[in-house]
Amino acid sequence: MSRYNLNNSYKAIVIGGSAGSFQGIIKILSQLSADFPLPIIMALHRLKHVRHGFVEALSIKSNIKISEPEDKESIRKGMAYLAPANYHLSVELGNYFSLSTEEMVNNSRPAIDITLGSAAYLYRTKLVGILLSGANRDGALGMKQIKDKGGITIIQDPAECMIDTMPKAAQSITTIDHTLGIDSIVAFLKELQQHYK
Amino acid sequence: MITDLDIADLKKVTELILQQHGYDFRDYALSSFKRRVLRILELGGLTIDSLLKKIADQPGYINEFLDELTVNVTEMFRDPGFWRLLHEEIIPGILLNNKQFKIWHAGCSSGEEVISMNIMLKEMGLQDNVSIIATDIDTAILDKARAATYGIKNMEVNEKNYIRFQGKHSLKNYYREENGKAVFNSELLRNVSFRKHDLVVGEAFNKFDLILCRNVMIYFNQTLQNQVLKKFHGSLFKYGYLAIGTKESLIWCEYVNRFIVVNQEEKVYKKIKD
Repeated sequence: MSRYNLNNSYKAIVIGGSAGSFQGIIKILSQLSADFPLPIIMALHRLKHVRHGFVEALSIKSNIKISEPEDKESIRKGMAYLAPANYHLSVELGNYFSLSTEEMVNNSRPAIDITLGSAAYLYRTKLVGILLSGANRDGALGMKQIKDKGGITIIQDPAECMIDTMPKAAQSITTIDHTLGIDSIVAFLKELQQHYK
Repeated sequence: MITDLDIADLKKVTELILQQHGYDFRDYALSSFKRRVLRILELGGLTIDSLLKKIADQPGYINEFLDELTVNVTEMFRDPGFWRLLHEEIIPGILLNNKQFKIWHAGCSSGEEVISMNIMLKEMGLQDNVSIIATDIDTAILDKARAATYGIKNMEVNEKNYIRFQGKHSLKNYYREENGKAVFNSELLRNVSFRKHDLVVGEAFNKFDLILCRNVMIYFNQTLQNQVLKKFHGSLFKYGYLAIGTKESLIWCEYVNRFIVVNQEEKVYKKIKD
């Protein structure tokens, strides 16, 4: 059942989402098992001044432990990470996170472009980038960087998105490897997991 | 538009600046440093080579470069819970032993945190009990901090934070509006000395009861964070407090055992060992 021609070279999954992506994220996290072999790094648009509650809301149905990383925290497999409120989240050579309070990008902090772009630079061909529903263009440039470095690009099928601006923006500036509904994104990740057994 | 830079290019920039001006950016966190340099290239329509030439040929350009390179995004009463903790626990704790005390804002940027501190101290009736030193590497931003003048559009978020801090009045009590700017009462800075200081190469220069360095060390790598913590340790009286950003951590630093955690959520530490 190899639909996607995957292997066990991948090092991380990075997910961007905004308006309308919450249910999709919940579904993905609830259907993956606790021993999912790669770190999942999420940059999701959120209220700037609400520090608490998002991790808790995502954790209710997730089998994977979710945390908001601290600055310079090591990236570990078996974990899902969420960009904290009012900080940009980057990954660094040496496989750890760094946070920043730089200017908003695309009116957002955390900005999806920053997380995806830094992950593209760190993981290159060993990265899977997933961009979900959203109402602005954040994440499009990040997806282009992932593609340019040889990673896999996946968008949520615009037909399924509550708001399709974000995945369509990515589609308009780079090659998208797979356009999938949430159920198929889950199937993709489960197929990927099989290669790590 | 240039969208990526090699580490080799960034190295050329850091080496040249170190050689010519003595600022050391070699241990800055890579991804944010790279974004800052990319931003400078974009804003100035520069390439790496023309940037290097500009730094080499125009000695005065370094100030503009530093102003763009450093991140100067901040808010008054950022993290209101942190300010409530200062108000209810940390400042009263310092007062138990010292009627007069000293605070250092390390990396004060445009001064919002200093203004917030003095508004809080004034509301506690303590402004004249405290002397404050506020430092930054960026001279242009220090001028801005001294002017205590901010875009009026920033005041909405500042006021929201202040309300969540549970301040006594409204921030409007502390500034007047002039030409679309919020100009803060200069009395609010009468106990403050602004100074240029580089945390990387600068020496410790005084002893303090409280040091605030919030969301500054996130731009440094762990080697540099470790060095800077040693400087803070040397700049604190025994039982003095250190506040860092809420998502920062000291756990890998050599000197961490010389501190205890006072509040894990708001990242306030207390020096317990020399």
